[in-house]
Amino acid sequence: MKDNSYNAVMSRKNEIMKNAIGIDYSTFENEGISFEYERMMRETGYTLEEMQKIQGETGVGNTPIFELRNMTALARKYSEPGKGARIFIKDEGGNPSGSFKARRAANAVYHAKKLGYKGVIAATSGNYGAAVASQAAMQGLKCIIVQETYDSKGMGQPEIVEKARKCEAYGAEVMQLSVGPELFYEFLLLLEETGYFNASLYTPFGIAGVETLGYELSMQMREKYGKDPDVVVCTNAGGGNLTGTARGLIKAGATDTQVVAASVDLSGLHMASDSQFNRKSFTTGHTGFGIPFSTYPDRSDVPRSAARPMRYMDRYVTVTQGEVFYMTEALAQIEGLERGPAGNTALAAAFSIAREMDQDQMIIVQETEYTGAGKHIQPQLSFARDNGIEIFFGNPVDQVPGVNIILPKTPDLIKAIDLDMTKTRKSVVKNAINADQATRVNEQDIQFLVAETKTDRTFVTETLKELGIEF
Amino acid sequence: MNAKKGEWVKIYRVILKPEERAPQVPDDTKLVPLEMWVKGFITADAELGDIVEVKTITGRMESGKLVEINPTYTHSFGNFVPELLQIGLDLKEILFGGDSVER
Repeated sequence: MKDNSYNAVMSRKNEIMKNAIGIDYSTFENEGISFEYERMMRETGYTLEEMQKIQGETGVGNTPIFELRNMTALARKYSEPGKGARIFIKDEGGNPSGSFKARRAANAVYHAKKLGYKGVIAATSGNYGAAVASQAAMQGLKCIIVQETYDSKGMGQPEIVEKARKCEAYGAEVMQLSVGPELFYEFLLLLEETGYFNASLYTPFGIAGVETLGYELSMQMREKYGKDPDVVVCTNAGGGNLTGTARGLIKAGATDTQVVAASVDLSGLHMASDSQFNRKSFTTGHTGFGIPFSTYPDRSDVPRSAARPMRYMDRYVTVTQGEVFYMTEALAQIEGLERGPAGNTALAAAFSIAREMDQDQMIIVQETEYTGAGKHIQPQLSFARDNGIEIFFGNPVDQVPGVNIILPKTPDLIKAIDLDMTKTRKSVVKNAINADQATRVNEQDIQFLVAETKTDRTFVTETLKELGIEF
Repeated sequence: MNAKKGEWVKIYRVILKPEERAPQVPDDTKLVPLEMWVKGFITADAELGDIVEVKTITGRMESGKLVEINPTYTHSFGNFVPELLQIGLDLKEILFGGDSVER
């Protein structure tokens, strides 16, 4: 009988993954710390036209863009004369499973079917699970979703509990676990037992699936407004949303568009802590995922993540839980759009950034998500209050994640806070070096790090010097 | 309560005991087991609390303690949060109220 202890299963990880994804990642590895990202995307992904066709066949994509006129008017009330860009939103909640994740899932499930897998498995507590389940239903594959749901008291975030329901509504099996990174161990066991495809969020097909979003966004804006948006804001967690969108923008030729990442500030909360699990009110789109995945993308469930947001990111801002909840309510109350909170992380950031921009400029939030019981500001705030989190009006800068949620007393208090990009980029270099325990890098590695950080040779070599790495 | 063979149930099982947890897990999480819940059709009559076998919706066999028969979704829109009401009122006043109507 097979040894299924934690250590034994983890040591079989690479073999299990190879069978479950059908990609031999080692063929893209170079000597040293680098690998061939673009070749991996090209050889294992799909072209834009292929992706549009695959997604189109399952009703994914071509979501509308709305101009948020009242939101813009509100931002202008708090802007310097001539400032206050036009704010837009791409209503990705209109996809079959209710979020942009349908784009990622459509390709992953299509690919699984093409390779002859009988089913797909994804480890996710969020919208991606629903997306994979929906696609599996359409394409006739079996589906298992593994989610981190409960703390040791058996209490689950309403948003995650709802997601389990939605996955089951599409006919998927949902395995729910308590808090802890060993979810990955159970995930590997399931892959081994079933022989299903690992519909990871981080495969080239999954990420390439989001390229259609960026491309479509650019085409729609050009058609309707005659130019590309000046700024696109992406809610950032694992980095796939931003990576795919930015790659799509580049494919559309929208190279002057600034790409901004936005995450909810959950600093101070440990993501794998049982006692802190239910003290957060956002289960994704937050800094607990956003920063580690940006600065070290290969921490994901595949050997080389296709989501590498720092290659494309121009700016990274954080917003607070209270600001996002406030903007979610505002979207319903002044724009007549009731949507889930997670995608509105970028909206809160966009509202703040719009005030810095000129009136003739355009800023767009590239996603929305569905809403309903559990996945809605009302149950999420109610749950927070039940867990002892204080909720009140005040200045969001005074917030302490896990202790309180401060709703802005007035809209001008909504302020996106910039993360230090130099520091973040240096972390990318440091983590890439540490992962390989390298003491020396070659020229190919330097060029790789230039691309990974969206910087230049001087930045990379200076950082290497600081780290005491020879080159 | 009894479950009849073939009924849809929820079961519970410990995947890792506290002492088996991964080294990188925070201290508070190391004090508790990694637990699992899954649903399926029960393969024989049983009572709540019994160790049972189920066939999941994908056809896998799983075993564990029977914790719920005909498991129900109980999540909702939560308790009323009065602060939310205020946001809409404030914004409408700012945008459309008083003498400052600009639209």
